[in-house]
Amino acid sequence: MAVSSMGNVAGAPSQRAQAQKRSPYPGWFYLPAAIIYAVLFLAPTFASLYFSLTRWTLFDSVFIGFDNFAQFFREPFLVKGLVNTLIYAVVTSGLKVVIGMALAIMLTSQIVARGYLRSVIFFPVLVSTVGVGITFTVLMHPTQGMINETLALFGIAGPGWLVDPRLALFSVALVDVWKGVGLATVIYIAGVVAIPKDYYEAARIDGATKWQNFRYVTLPLMRPATATVITLSFIGGLRTFDLIWAMTKGGPGFASDTIASVIYKQYQAGFYGLSTAGNVVLFVLIAVLVVPLTMLLNRKQGHE
Amino acid sequence: MKQRASLLGGVAAIVATFVVFVIPFLFIILMAFKDRQQSALRDFSWPTGFHLWDNVFEVVKTRNWMMITAFINSSIITVASVSLLVVFAAMVGFILARRKTRWNPLIEFLILAGLMVPPAVVPTIWVLQGLKLFGTLHGMILIEVAYNLPFSIILYRAFIATIPKDMDEAAIIDGARPLDVFFRIILPMLWPVTVTNIVVQSVGIFNDFTNPLYYLPGNANATVQLTLFNFQSQFSTAYNLLFTNILLITIPPLIVFLFFNRQIVAGMTAGAVKG
Amino acid sequence: MTKTRISALLGASVLGMLLTANAVQAQQSGNLQFLIDNGPQSVAVAEAWVAAYTEQNPDVTIDIEVRPGGGEGDNIVKTRLATGAMADVFFYNSGSLFQAINPVQNLLPVTNEPWQAGIQESFKSVVSAGGEVYGTPFAPAMGGGIFYNKPIYEELGLQVPKSWDEFMANNEKIKAAGKVAVIQTYGETWTSQLFVLADFFNVLAAEPDFAERFTANQAKFATSPAALRGFEKLQEVYEGGYLNADFGAATYPDGLRMVATGEGAHYPMLTFGVGAIAETVPDNLQDVGFFAQPGDSADSNGLTTWMPDSIYIAKTTQNPELAKDFVGFIGSPEGCDIRNEAVGATGPYMIEGCELPEDVPPAVADMLPYFQEGGQNAPALEFLSPVKGPALEQITVEVGSGIRPAAEGAALYDEDVRKQAQQLGLEGW
Repeated sequence: MAVSSMGNVAGAPSQRAQAQKRSPYPGWFYLPAAIIYAVLFLAPTFASLYFSLTRWTLFDSVFIGFDNFAQFFREPFLVKGLVNTLIYAVVTSGLKVVIGMALAIMLTSQIVARGYLRSVIFFPVLVSTVGVGITFTVLMHPTQGMINETLALFGIAGPGWLVDPRLALFSVALVDVWKGVGLATVIYIAGVVAIPKDYYEAARIDGATKWQNFRYVTLPLMRPATATVITLSFIGGLRTFDLIWAMTKGGPGFASDTIASVIYKQYQAGFYGLSTAGNVVLFVLIAVLVVPLTMLLNRKQGHE
Repeated sequence: MKQRASLLGGVAAIVATFVVFVIPFLFIILMAFKDRQQSALRDFSWPTGFHLWDNVFEVVKTRNWMMITAFINSSIITVASVSLLVVFAAMVGFILARRKTRWNPLIEFLILAGLMVPPAVVPTIWVLQGLKLFGTLHGMILIEVAYNLPFSIILYRAFIATIPKDMDEAAIIDGARPLDVFFRIILPMLWPVTVTNIVVQSVGIFNDFTNPLYYLPGNANATVQLTLFNFQSQFSTAYNLLFTNILLITIPPLIVFLFFNRQIVAGMTAGAVKG
Repeated sequence: MTKTRISALLGASVLGMLLTANAVQAQQSGNLQFLIDNGPQSVAVAEAWVAAYTEQNPDVTIDIEVRPGGGEGDNIVKTRLATGAMADVFFYNSGSLFQAINPVQNLLPVTNEPWQAGIQESFKSVVSAGGEVYGTPFAPAMGGGIFYNKPIYEELGLQVPKSWDEFMANNEKIKAAGKVAVIQTYGETWTSQLFVLADFFNVLAAEPDFAERFTANQAKFATSPAALRGFEKLQEVYEGGYLNADFGAATYPDGLRMVATGEGAHYPMLTFGVGAIAETVPDNLQDVGFFAQPGDSADSNGLTTWMPDSIYIAKTTQNPELAKDFVGFIGSPEGCDIRNEAVGATGPYMIEGCELPEDVPPAVADMLPYFQEGGQNAPALEFLSPVKGPALEQITVEVGSGIRPAAEGAALYDEDVRKQAQQLGLEGW
């Protein structure tokens, strides 16, 4: 047990003296979380590192060195999956930042029905991804879906949202934004609310326009919120799986495959070693992209 | 003049959000009211008859009342794992924010890794089997705790960093034991973040579908998301039942939402931004 | 854990010996888990079997457990086998997928069980490994070919095509009449493989040793003209503009409904679809006929056949005697009768003594001649070679939607199967 370095109160009663020997921050507070995490997450993950170097049928495994990684990068769909993953992560996190910020500014202004607006925007965050996926698959049906039937009323021939290979990924990304923008909005609302009123007061005295208010006061002061939104939705976007799987299963063909869905397909097909290698690749990719990103976002924060 | 502009803007916002966010839910509800023939059209029309109760009954009794079992199981898993998460993550967040040692970078790396690394399924099953926890609710609860700890810890640590140290130091000087300090003073102060944690994690765990699929096989262990998955092909030609199922499993998140709606923003202000 | 399992095994087998020693028509007792896929047909027939069996053996309880079908289902079966958590009795594919679940290590052999005597050798060969038989047929044999809507054929005065050219000519006439000639349902990707898989009779007619050479890494889809035809046919129906407008999003039930009600004329599918048509659009069951996928020459016209899926017993079962008794019940003529009663007859049985009812649906009646004297049929590739690539259904969606040309698709598939062959540790890869 670690002993605290603070202990400068002299002549205290014995009970107090005893208390002083204890740190107020005992290391064993880590223990319950650490044990669960180590046993159920870290240990299996390290075991899987070994299996990524084997040809593994679940029933037995043969050590094959880095062949799985070579094979994984030879997968014809992998390059496409990599590009798609990046597009998906950038599109979803970008839209969440822009739309979330706009909605937050709107919802913190003097607008009617604020409570209603905030509720309907946030509620989809709480709904089951699989349920949302099924619902929008029905709504986006090329001929019988409600979206295209509505467009047809206005004489517009709606596209094949999920069946056109050029569109499928973006359609899923839109649904992702639909479901997730509420969280971004709430984080931004919190950010706007936290900006001290004095800043706007000062800006008003300087005769700032609305735009200048936004550009020079709101925007810079919302950097921490932006950092949170980007980090969360970017990692989420890179790992995305549930929604893609519920809506297109990576199709049509391989048009909306992401790394996570490629990995899952290898797993399904019984290529367990290969799929584990894919996991390692995904981890490295996330680490390579997210760690510098977080550092960048945090450094800017420091400059403010 | 200005008021009128904001009123107009408000109405426009209401209409736009209604179309984008409310209509999909209305669609789900309408579908749940229809009979099989009408629902097959998959259009946004008024139900020709009132079939909600028939549909609900049909869905709930499918596969030996699996839905009931599923709701009980999902509730147990969600409540138990969120309780453990809140306590354990707050403890870690507290120490991590307060005690600077050379181990901190390693601990933070492990936490970040947890956010990023997709879990390894089969080795995890072996571990669970070794502990005789595979296919049990206990095992599932611990899995959910393990997988969701990093996010909760990050939320708590950020918030705790904003609470002055004087509080806990004063309390210790008054002779309180660390555990008392934590449970009587720190944890209550963390309430805003705890709300965020409860909302985000309970919804995430309740809606989790992949993990129960792997770690909780067996009919007796069904969870609500798995019912949707199980019924998806069984109901493939019965859209009314499929959407009734979606409607039913959306009710618990709705309840959480109604309870905590007002506190969600407060929690976010506290946890996510000040970091 | 091992100890208790051994004693349970001992207990069960002692019990089994006692019962057989007494030579009584053994009344079984105990509990079984029975894992099946969640297709409505599977659920219905499994429930009927369990109801009949537990009526005869009141001390037995059998819990039916349902898993998803397709790739997700494969995954669950493999994971549960590998972790020793498999249900006592379970349903799974025969042929190449069966080989991938490591039967010798995971399954209970049933080679010498009494009911196996009545099961056809052709079925046993696709559920055998290491000299032992592991499976019992879950369903009748199937054919892969093309369902057609009879009223449309009558209305337009069309003949059942014997060659691919005749088929395409029919399509042209149907299209000219303003109807959908070919239904495709890529909303469920597995359905996109039919034109390729069901063409295998024609591949074998041209290259009788294709399967062996394919397994040995000598023959390829892209370089064998006969094998490439399947991909080309898929491309031709797309380029002809014969497909339904929502082919990319339609699902398997949509496809069956469309061919039955005349919303489309042709739907390439396995004959087990008859059961689902009988359940969902019973009024139109008589309107659906069936023919084998035609080859390039009318002289050799035959059906590509599928062995039925199978019932297996997990080696980890606590109750092997009861499990065997239940599986034997399914694999008996009585089991077939119960199936006929529950979901109707969908094809010829692989079990001796099993009869088809007199009034089989027309699509089934159309299929039977291919199995009888003078008819021609050949098994699908997956029953002759363990090599089947997992991405075929995505590739056929691409070829069938005009995203990728046939030749490229075939080459991509040749690359895809390599992983499977390596995973199985085959020679020459």
